[in-house]
Amino acid sequence: MSDEKKTDTGPELEDADVQAIPDKEIDTPETSTVDDPDALRPAHSANISTWRELSADEREPVLAGERRGMFGATRGQDTSGYGGLVTPTLFPGASPRPYGSYFDEVADRLGTALTEADGPAYHDAVEKVVVDRGELTLFVRREHLVPVARAMRDVPELRFEMCSGVSGVHYPGEPGRELHAVYHLLSITHGSRRVRLEVAAPDADPHIPSIVAVYPSNDWHERETWDMFGIIFDGHPALTRILMPDDWPGHPQRKDYPLGGIPVEYKGGTVPPPDQRRAYT
Amino acid sequence: MTTHDHDTTVFASPEPDADDVADAYGASVHDDVEGAPVFNVSGGDWNDLVDEATALHEERIVVNMGPQHPSTHGVLRLILELDGETVTEARAGIGYLHTGIEKNMEFRTWVQGVTFCTRMDYLTPMFQETAYCLAVEKLLGITDQVPERASIIRVLMMELTRVNSHLVCLGTGGMELGATTVMTVGFRERERILRVFEAVTGLRMNNAYIRPGGVSQDVPHGAVDMVREVVTELRRGIHELELLLNENPLLKGRTVGVGFMDLTGCMALGMTGPVLRATGLPHDLRKSAPYCGYETYEFDVITRTGCDAYDRLRIRIDEMYQSLRIVEQTLDRLQRTEGQPVMVEDKKIAWPAQLAIGGDGQGNSLDHIREIMGSSMESLIHHFKLVTEGFRVPPGQAYAAVESAKGELGCHAVSDGGTRPYRAHFRDPSFNNLQAVASMCEGGQVADVIVAVASLDPVMGGVDR
Repeated sequence: MSDEKKTDTGPELEDADVQAIPDKEIDTPETSTVDDPDALRPAHSANISTWRELSADEREPVLAGERRGMFGATRGQDTSGYGGLVTPTLFPGASPRPYGSYFDEVADRLGTALTEADGPAYHDAVEKVVVDRGELTLFVRREHLVPVARAMRDVPELRFEMCSGVSGVHYPGEPGRELHAVYHLLSITHGSRRVRLEVAAPDADPHIPSIVAVYPSNDWHERETWDMFGIIFDGHPALTRILMPDDWPGHPQRKDYPLGGIPVEYKGGTVPPPDQRRAYT
Repeated sequence: MTTHDHDTTVFASPEPDADDVADAYGASVHDDVEGAPVFNVSGGDWNDLVDEATALHEERIVVNMGPQHPSTHGVLRLILELDGETVTEARAGIGYLHTGIEKNMEFRTWVQGVTFCTRMDYLTPMFQETAYCLAVEKLLGITDQVPERASIIRVLMMELTRVNSHLVCLGTGGMELGATTVMTVGFRERERILRVFEAVTGLRMNNAYIRPGGVSQDVPHGAVDMVREVVTELRRGIHELELLLNENPLLKGRTVGVGFMDLTGCMALGMTGPVLRATGLPHDLRKSAPYCGYETYEFDVITRTGCDAYDRLRIRIDEMYQSLRIVEQTLDRLQRTEGQPVMVEDKKIAWPAQLAIGGDGQGNSLDHIREIMGSSMESLIHHFKLVTEGFRVPPGQAYAAVESAKGELGCHAVSDGGTRPYRAHFRDPSFNNLQAVASMCEGGQVADVIVAVASLDPVMGGVDR
């Protein structure tokens, strides 16, 4: 159905597609090399290189854990023979240039803006760019999150004036990057463009700088993520629990926190709580 | 504000609080009020209490409004610091309705997730369902396979939900100002919409009707005529509300210039929906980032420039007319697409049975039962696997946002390749918008707090999730 298809990108984005990558033909990763930085520069960012050859490793999907078994029989009653099956969870790896749509323009402008503001170099701040399912995700190193967010908001060509909150995700299977904070930015100025910023922190040191100073709307969202995942947002004006009681132990939406619940009896049968039911992973 | 004679707590007198009785629910906050005892007000004459409190010559009075107060829109706790009748500081305390829906969704299949997220903001169930399903469809990569008729039904249901939500907002908002007729008219009109929902989905609320890939079942025979009739009645009812509200001097006295929030404030606080459009910015995701085919419908984005509670109310009224406009367009399209599928063709995703309401009032699909019980063992296996195990979603993440009645409702869904959501996070507009309580209420009167909060239209089920 054709009008459904537009949901992915929106009609404006197709225009942006045309404008954003005028140098698509001449400046592909295939034709450019790292030792020739001039060739990498798009026309509108004269003093910054945000283009870079990706190594094969970077393009590889990212392992974020694994699922075991097939039919959820975990308590010794597996007769299927599938109990030993290990399925890796592979998230999309870094995407090569050009990204398509308005994504190249956003990346280039961000690079220029960071340089102009004497901020971190683009490749220091953005460790990885993933374009997946029509969405742009910038993986930002946590120490550089605030300058990146500020550039995203303030630079006229970017102008992501709204941040629709932060969503925490817990990946216990990703050593050293267990806790992810995912920010979705919206640019009303540029016709509802969206960009996702993703920041990772280890479980052992769950600190991520707060961007409340840049996006005041993130105040409660960061409190919620602290409450649910235990991510400490440094610099938040009052990082207290928001949904759970103040004296609640633990952070309920982490994967190591049980769902809880009691068995329910109904018409003679007993239904175990959802996290103890036989489930298909 | 002299009528708040129950569940209101006033901290005022300087003598030490001797009441050390264990308070199971933490209702009176002992540790916060060192040396200042607590007046627990539940019944009695408010004036007596005021006399008692003022006799202490204490300048700083903290009123704990809620969490159980009829005019705070559910279990919202407002902590107000007062200087006379003026609010010097206002804070909102939430979390009293937290039910762990997002965590629960991680323990059910992708289809069952709909049943959970529909219960978040219980006035806008269809919006949560659509946002979630759009995100799941994006993860599955089947966004463009959703049949046209399914999208039309989604739009129809969403727009009726918008009218439904706005009617409750106006009705309860009116009740909070003491206008009970507004409430009865609002709920009477809402009832018509709930009857449509019941006829189409089988349930009045918490419908779980929109499913990944389409909708759970086609609209029943005669639904189009029923909705057409309801639209006419709704127009009349909304007009009645308009006559009651629009130029009502009492209402204007209470709402004009109250709960001020301009464009700068809205941008900083991430406000969306009627609050943002009351500042004059025509931001509406249905226009700027259309989904479900909204770009093919004719409607206007209503804006006003007053930035206050009155303009938000007027925007809601006008938006209801626009929604009815869209509803009428969907009805024409429903007649045109009669008999077309309402679910993706992929049998690995679509549930096999197309239920219809049988003579017993239950959803049934006799043909399907005949097939799986009588003729095809494989169909039975497939049905069993799909319903108990569910389908797998390729790993990745997606964000889908819809324009809910209250603003941008976003769903961030993450899959690890399994049959259950690895993470489903909802950006509820009420949650975000409630942050504005402090900036809207501070410096105003206590009575204006109620108006300002009502103009945000928060639903605590969505705020706390």
